[in-house]
Amino acid sequence: MDSNKIPRTVPIQSATFSNPINAEIRRAAATGIYDIRGGGAKRRVPHFDDLLFLGASISRYPLEGYREKCETKVTLGTRFAKKPIELDIPVTIAGMSFGALSGPAKEALGRGASAAGTSTTTGDGGMTPEERGHSSKLVYQYLPSRYGMNPDDLRKADAIEVVVGQGAKPGGGGMLLGQKISDRVAEMRTLPKGIDQRSACRHPDWTGPDDLEIKILELREITDWQVPIYVKVGGTRPYYDTALAVKAGADVVVLDGMQGGTAATQDVFIEHVGLPTLACIRPAVQALQDLGVHREVQLIVSGGIRTGADVAKAMALGADAVAIGTAALIALGDNDPKWESEYQKLGTTTGAYDDWHEGKDPAGITTQDPELMKRLDPVDAGRRLRNYLKVMTLEAQTIARACGHNHLHNLEPEDLCALTMEAAAMARVPLAGTDWYPGKAGF
Amino acid sequence: MQTYDLEANGLRGLNSALQELNGSSNKTAWEIVNPKGSHAIAVGLNSPIEVTVKGSTGYYCAGMNQQATVKVEGSAGPGVAENMMSGTVIVEGDASQYAGATGHGGLLVIKGNASSRCGISMKGIDIVVHGNIGHMCAFMAQAGNLVVLGDAGDALGDSCYEARFFVRGNVKSLGADCIEKEMRPEHIEILKDLLARAGADAKPEEFKRYGSARTLYNFDVDNAQAY
Repeated sequence: MDSNKIPRTVPIQSATFSNPINAEIRRAAATGIYDIRGGGAKRRVPHFDDLLFLGASISRYPLEGYREKCETKVTLGTRFAKKPIELDIPVTIAGMSFGALSGPAKEALGRGASAAGTSTTTGDGGMTPEERGHSSKLVYQYLPSRYGMNPDDLRKADAIEVVVGQGAKPGGGGMLLGQKISDRVAEMRTLPKGIDQRSACRHPDWTGPDDLEIKILELREITDWQVPIYVKVGGTRPYYDTALAVKAGADVVVLDGMQGGTAATQDVFIEHVGLPTLACIRPAVQALQDLGVHREVQLIVSGGIRTGADVAKAMALGADAVAIGTAALIALGDNDPKWESEYQKLGTTTGAYDDWHEGKDPAGITTQDPELMKRLDPVDAGRRLRNYLKVMTLEAQTIARACGHNHLHNLEPEDLCALTMEAAAMARVPLAGTDWYPGKAGF
Repeated sequence: MQTYDLEANGLRGLNSALQELNGSSNKTAWEIVNPKGSHAIAVGLNSPIEVTVKGSTGYYCAGMNQQATVKVEGSAGPGVAENMMSGTVIVEGDASQYAGATGHGGLLVIKGNASSRCGISMKGIDIVVHGNIGHMCAFMAQAGNLVVLGDAGDALGDSCYEARFFVRGNVKSLGADCIEKEMRPEHIEILKDLLARAGADAKPEEFKRYGSARTLYNFDVDNAQAY
């Protein structure tokens, strides 16, 4: 038989050993080091896209868009603080460090957040005067490394966020590679210039919830009980972590799912540790309800928030507010197509650039290179962030009105249905077209 | 001398009164009675006053201290003088774990022993321990001086940066990237000054100096076993 006429098996790529997996094996074999990158989980996980709002019907009537009020204000820290934070919108800016980000990027975050009537947050590395100066409401992160930590800055803050973990790497510390340790970053962190700076994974002077309660007492005593104290946890055991944070005396719990970004961590950590944001919210809210403090202790949810729909869905599931990090960087100009030729030179492409730790960001955001930093105009970038925050708020209001609510906080799980079994189980809302979700009692 | 009964009048009243002092008050000497192991005593001070605690304290006594001199006439619980910026803290007895953690400046003197993780992540503070110290002390220590007249436990100075450690007694083991280093004349001078300020009866020449080998400053896969 003519061998050219024998039907041939079509080449089949392995689903297990896919091209990206094989490329990573080759990269690891060539370098001997794991892949470090920025950002959050890139894998597909159940998310807010898997939920829909039901909208109004005969049983519920909507509010008139552009005519009837739909309030967006949120107050954070009403439990113990003398001066709770009052925000115009329930979208806050998550903690990102000076060091990981350039000075102009931090300034832009402050400008944008302030113009939109919301808060921004420091990060590992301390508070800069520029950031304080341009942020009308600034949350000061209290991290395991305590880089730049001092009582003067602590007292300048509008709130303190005790960081126990973050969604991209719950249980992990931080890494800022030597390329980004400039003179100023080194000085703020009391470290030699150019070294790979490691941030500890747990606090140096407390372990466990009983210690945390005493640590919070100390912070309150130092700040005269004036400002709210948040406790931020990565999404792992949200019911128990929320309950323990409440027990320890938190005013606000910040819960960060695995889509939440980081400046630099091992890819294997980002993609394989932690819970999707969607899976975190209901257990956390349940803990607050079981303790009788839902809405008294506020819940901020972060990790993959992109649109007003995401904001509305998180709030419908019980969050008081959300925080954005990656989305805010994109609004500033991160991964913008106008830098495509430069992304190509770095071996990547628009939308995929995540080597934030290398300090070569063409957009001038995740860098300490003086020339690259000049590319970001903090005034223009701040304006873009403000616009984006306003759009998110308008979108969330649009949905809330369509569901008949005059405040974003009045959104509720009953406004939602799920498109997939997984999302229904995680969000504890009915699968679309049914009155059932996995795990619902009585089935 | 102002006397404050902590048991009778409460913690908030104490810290509020001490924090309000701005250097222009004549109330520069304070005595705290009945501390009974309370937490967060004399935290966040920022004036050149002298505070004497008549007894033992709980967690975080003199936390984030600036300028003040705080003396504990007893033993101190975890995190004494944590994140201290300046001033002096003296513990007449023993100190529990994390003493002087993340401190940026000032002098911490412990006349007894210090437990584990003394000087963890220290960032410029000077610590003098008259007795022994426990395991994992000066972990990730960045700057400052840790002086130990007695012995040091396991893994001294693990993953440290530019901090200096002076130990007169035995070191059970050194942590990753911590090595014994040459004691040069400038180190003798530093040590002489610290011993004098801490009221320690010891000769600088009796000490050995330890610090970072700086081999872990930039990641190298061949050092992976050290992490």
